[in-house]
Amino acid sequence: MSRYPDLCLNPKECVCQEMGTVDPSIFWALLFKGAFYGMKKREVGEKYCLSGHPTLPCNVLKFKSTTIMLDCGLDMNSTLNFLPLPLVQSPRLSNLPGWSLKDGNAFLDKELKECSGHVFVDSVPEFCLPETELIDLSTVDVILISNYHCMMALPYITEHTGFTGTVYATEPSVQIGRLLMEELVNFIERVPKAQSASLWKNKDIQRLLPSPLKDAVEVSTWRRCYTMQEVNSALSKIQLVGYSQKIELFGAVQVTPLSSGYALGSSNWIIQSHYEKVSYVSGSSLLTTHPQPMDQASLKNSDVLILTGLTQIPTANPDSMVGEFCSNLALTVRNGGNVLVPCYPSGVIYDLLECLYQYIDSAGLSSIPFYFISPVANSSLEFSQIFAEWLCHNKQTKVYLPEPPFPHAELIQTNKLKHYPSIHGDFSNDFRQPCVVFTGHPSLRFGDVVHFMELWGKSSLNTVIFTEPDFSYLEALAPYQPLAMKCIYCPIDTRLNFIQVSKLLKEVQPLHVVCPEQYTQPPPAQSHRIDLMIDCQPPAMSYRRAEVLALPFKRRYEKIEIMPELADSLVPMEIKPGVSLATVSAVLHTKDNKHILQPPPRPAQPTGGKKRKRASDDIPDCKVLKPLLSGSIPVEQFVQTLEKHGFSDIKVEDTAKGHIVLLQEAETLIQIEEDSTHIICDNDEMLRVRLRDLVLKFLQKF
Amino acid sequence: MDPECSRLLPALCAVLADPRQPVADDTCLEKLLDWFTAVTEAGSSLLLLQENPCLVELLFHVLKSQDLSSRILSFSLRLAGIFAAQEDCFQYLQQGELLPMLFGEVGPLGGAAWTAPAVRSGWIQGLRTLAQHPSALHFLAACDIPQVTQALSVLTTAFGHCHGLWTQGLWVRLSPLVARLLEKDPVPASHSLVDLLLSVARSAPSSDRDLWETLAQTLSHLSPTQAGPLALGILKLQDCFIHRLPKDRRDSWSSPAQSRAGFILRTCSAAFCHLPSGLTLWILGHPVPQVLRTQAFGILLQPLACVLEAAAQAPGPPGLLEGAAADSMMVDTLLSSKSACVGLLCCALAHLGLLQPLPQRPSPWPQAPLLGAAVTILRLCSGSAAPTSDVGGRLCAILVGCGRVQRAALDFLGALSQGTGPQELVTQVFSVLLEYLVSPESSSMVLKKAFQATLRWLLSSPKTPGCCDLDPHTQLFLRELLPVLQKRLCSPCWEVRDSVLEFLTQMTRHCGGQAGFRQALLASEVPELTKQLLRDPESYVRASAVTATGQLSSWGLCATPAIPECPGAQQESLLVELLHILSTDSEGFPRRAVMQVFTEWLRDGHADVAEDAERFVAGVLQAASRDLDWEVRAQGLELALVFLEQLLGQRGSHCPYAVALPETAPPGVLDQALQVLCRVQLFEFAFRALFDCDRPVAQKSCDLLLFLRAKAAPCGSSQEAGDSPNVASVEATLQRWQAGEQGQPLGYLEPGAVVALLRSIDLEGLRDTLAESSDHVEKSPQSLLQDMLAAVGVLGENEADCY
Repeated sequence: MSRYPDLCLNPKECVCQEMGTVDPSIFWALLFKGAFYGMKKREVGEKYCLSGHPTLPCNVLKFKSTTIMLDCGLDMNSTLNFLPLPLVQSPRLSNLPGWSLKDGNAFLDKELKECSGHVFVDSVPEFCLPETELIDLSTVDVILISNYHCMMALPYITEHTGFTGTVYATEPSVQIGRLLMEELVNFIERVPKAQSASLWKNKDIQRLLPSPLKDAVEVSTWRRCYTMQEVNSALSKIQLVGYSQKIELFGAVQVTPLSSGYALGSSNWIIQSHYEKVSYVSGSSLLTTHPQPMDQASLKNSDVLILTGLTQIPTANPDSMVGEFCSNLALTVRNGGNVLVPCYPSGVIYDLLECLYQYIDSAGLSSIPFYFISPVANSSLEFSQIFAEWLCHNKQTKVYLPEPPFPHAELIQTNKLKHYPSIHGDFSNDFRQPCVVFTGHPSLRFGDVVHFMELWGKSSLNTVIFTEPDFSYLEALAPYQPLAMKCIYCPIDTRLNFIQVSKLLKEVQPLHVVCPEQYTQPPPAQSHRIDLMIDCQPPAMSYRRAEVLALPFKRRYEKIEIMPELADSLVPMEIKPGVSLATVSAVLHTKDNKHILQPPPRPAQPTGGKKRKRASDDIPDCKVLKPLLSGSIPVEQFVQTLEKHGFSDIKVEDTAKGHIVLLQEAETLIQIEEDSTHIICDNDEMLRVRLRDLVLKFLQKF
Repeated sequence: MDPECSRLLPALCAVLADPRQPVADDTCLEKLLDWFTAVTEAGSSLLLLQENPCLVELLFHVLKSQDLSSRILSFSLRLAGIFAAQEDCFQYLQQGELLPMLFGEVGPLGGAAWTAPAVRSGWIQGLRTLAQHPSALHFLAACDIPQVTQALSVLTTAFGHCHGLWTQGLWVRLSPLVARLLEKDPVPASHSLVDLLLSVARSAPSSDRDLWETLAQTLSHLSPTQAGPLALGILKLQDCFIHRLPKDRRDSWSSPAQSRAGFILRTCSAAFCHLPSGLTLWILGHPVPQVLRTQAFGILLQPLACVLEAAAQAPGPPGLLEGAAADSMMVDTLLSSKSACVGLLCCALAHLGLLQPLPQRPSPWPQAPLLGAAVTILRLCSGSAAPTSDVGGRLCAILVGCGRVQRAALDFLGALSQGTGPQELVTQVFSVLLEYLVSPESSSMVLKKAFQATLRWLLSSPKTPGCCDLDPHTQLFLRELLPVLQKRLCSPCWEVRDSVLEFLTQMTRHCGGQAGFRQALLASEVPELTKQLLRDPESYVRASAVTATGQLSSWGLCATPAIPECPGAQQESLLVELLHILSTDSEGFPRRAVMQVFTEWLRDGHADVAEDAERFVAGVLQAASRDLDWEVRAQGLELALVFLEQLLGQRGSHCPYAVALPETAPPGVLDQALQVLCRVQLFEFAFRALFDCDRPVAQKSCDLLLFLRAKAAPCGSSQEAGDSPNVASVEATLQRWQAGEQGQPLGYLEPGAVVALLRSIDLEGLRDTLAESSDHVEKSPQSLLQDMLAAVGVLGENEADCY
């Protein structure tokens, strides 16, 4: 380590040759407590936003030489532009007219079909992937998954980008994520489509199409669904983690999943080094539903809190929506109609079934059959019962009774709830109306739901109740128009709303909040609702798709360990009460992002009685140790001293950083600043030394 | 005072003054104070003290004793206050300088005992009680009261009891002090100050200009939240509006509340005619200056004016709410915090709601802007308003989803239904009400208020001239409302289902005969869904469903018959279903509701009941007699009475002061009626109820039998049944019943035997016994004194009452 420069009289910082700047305040404070001190780093964090969807995030964080992908969400809204895939041949869908340009040109009529004024692509549905061009994804070291909804793009990333890292996720996230992927693959693969449309994606042609096709972004990057093989390969790269488990990444960063209260195994992540802490909050809930409650306390003292996955319907309270769901369901069934609930095979459906369990008897619906149809229905219902440790306290206690934690077990036992892998097979034998059917996919573009929409759409007695908030229900319904059945929109989104966020931020008090730009302004349709945006101080930093953001870390220090024998050799000197200083000469050893100060190798014993200075390349230069100085120079007293020593015609000027003392007669300038003092005189070494000694009188030496 | 109590009193005072014998039970002391209050109200306190010197001794002793408990000290202060409330007794106590010693600096006020909250409370209560006469007011003026709040509190009571010149005298001394309080920011003890000023204002003579000025100053000094209650108080001051009001308007009040108010005012005004003219002038002659009233009204209106202005799409006409231009201070208060905003708006809405029905409310009443404000607030709360201004946006962010403001605004909106408004605004009212009724975000309490407000607006909406039916707007609204009711009837939240049923019942009660309503209702599934709720798991809902179906059925609006060829089938099945509920429902509420419906059906001559009323009554009484719920049994007696009246004619006037001979029934009718009553076993039911363990049932039965006896008076001498063995055995059974053995049935009773029984039973005596409360023995002061003495062992154990 170098010494302070000669004229560095009031040191606030010293320069470390190897690594950067050492902050003396940290140095002083910590030196005698243990064996480490901080080193200021010049590096900052960077965040690459690969997804514009706030609830299906995909961000890359570059932090302390590690590249971490946060979530891997797949935006499925692109599928709304496609025609539904019917399980059973649908004359209506197959007879839809082809679309032609205004001038009558019908070259796209094989690819595009028209239905009630909307145009749809007649092809296998495709998905909009996260950005793959913004950053070389093969450099991603790890992927952290926060919940099963936010990992649906995983096969695209792990299998097609040269990714060689590790994925971290909790066990329920992996298992249920696998079910969701399996269902998706199954829904799409079981209805093979002969043709694949690509003409319409041509930019020149796309411009001619009606909305929303015309406005669809980056259609050229849209991809077909992955295969089961890719799913399995992707999932094999996942390493399972438990809540609060600390995972070291290359010795530089530690990542920890925390319960986020949103879904089984859903997590927020803490990413921290010794001096910086980034919290990644994604899809969290403070409501008492089935998962373990959210761990808020561990999010405290974050330098940066990245906030994603808030509720998509901030104006709809989940409790009210459940009430609405039950009322409409009962009303329809009492009138002899059927109820269709397009849903995912896991998540809110557990809560809905629990509500219905309590409600059906009181509403006189005991005789109404409830059907749950999904290729993974059975696994989903069974998985939910075995993840006891991931459940809320009430449900955990049930396990010890022992009772199944979810009441849908009883519904199944009493034959009120029946589940089937698809409409084919047993279901057609058992099917009884009026009934309630839970089935996927919520986009209404594939899955068994397409069949029920075709079957029940013509009767006004039936009702379709949308509970999943991921898709616009009007757009989802567009290819089924004209539709006689009643449509009810009861989106149940248990994720944080803005009031809860505001309380959370007050509680955990991060220094900076980073969030998608959608959260920093009221929803476009309700521009006056300033309550529907994040309100924090300092204002949240926002990001959008394909944007790179420099994260505002305020402190940038490295932890350096001091070997015990080196610490033993230090002789601290108290320069003011509670503050002691010691000089240290050592070798800084850096390996695997760990820094250790080791004692310098002992100089070879002098041969004979001759004292000889010896320099070595390995040993820092510690031959001419000059005393270190500290303190400040009171200008008025300094001037008086100068006058006492015979200097006259002294002029003092204030500068931005300190003072300039001008000795006009001697044509000399003394520049006094907070951390340095310069004596500028013309080749008069005697005068300089005299002045230096006068300056030194005001400072402490050690 | 009872001599026995006088005898026990010295011993009791000794016990109270003895710190070694602590009184364990505070309630005894409270009861003692209640008793002394009653005794002094009934007679002279001075005499009481002279006859019982131990009481004054107790007060002196309390002052001397150092180690008395704080509760005895507090008790003594309050006791002294009770005695000193009478001026002669006050003078008597003053002779011994007892009062300054108790209430002045030398007493507990300056001692260590003052730290006990009980002593401070006793001190202030004592002072408040005694401040009833001029001497006391002098005394108070001389007292150095340590804290502003306490001082104001005592003074408030003082003003409550003094009038005219005394008020003026006291006010002259007080007003500089009040002025000094007003100089402080914030004004200290504002609640007490408001109470005091209102108390002064209520008793002040009209000429006191200084008082009105102080009130005006106070209004402008207090913060908006603090000024509200004062503003309301000023506007409620009974100025001489009776004279100002044109006579035609006095008589034209239509709502029940207004009629009541009108009645009271007319009575008062009649009473004033008999007063000496000077006094009348004094009571009526202190008109509150119009300027002050305008200022006060402005304060109540200001928060709403702010809301209206903030939410306006374009700048509205100036003076939308006259005298209440939205000022920046009010805006700052509203936007300062959610709690401040909510508190201020709720208070303003509640105050204006209270003012609305009063005859002395400011005139002209700004009905239209107030309607607009209520609608705007509700829209801001639901998030459906889209204010363009910055203040509006911030208000929206504060208010959105705020249940407290929603409830207050809906209450206020309901209150405004008593007035009219431009059609455009009324349309907006219905639209915002529908928005709340539809919105899944409305909480059950908000929904209940929304239903209540909707009902009030629907009932006050104008009828189409000439055809007694709902106007087209209302009909349109009803058509939109019914699907909402359908959905709400299926709500998983029982409170919501209950609110809908209550609304439906009220709507049907008032509009059941109107074609538009009937048509809309019958075209919906509401009647069917209502009927299904008779089997609801929640007993409150079942009870409301019973009432609702009962009401629907009365108007022939029950669910349409399942079998078209048997139109009566459905109705009959409802009767059977309700009877089934009466005899099997595990909860009391639905059974009580059934009894009320049946009583109403019988009274109104419901077709199915009228078909065979005898069988109906027999069945209902049989079920009710077995019921464990006394209210069901009591309602059974109500039904029996209705039946009796139908057979024998109405009971006489209910007015106890009406001088009228009981109307007897003609013998032929009576015989026939008695036969019927015997057949339906009404007597068995009534006699059983006569000895019911629940007093209200027995009282009701007693009244019923007395009524019957009065009707049956002429039959008396002609009947020989009194001596028949049948009567003797029945009497024996009744005696056993009275003794609590009610297992044995009464058997079939002949009408003659009934009449004889009615004569032989001492119904009047029974009625008097029942009129006394069950604890009348234990509640006597003598018993209280004995208990207190027994508790500390002064009396033998066996002399104490056992609770």
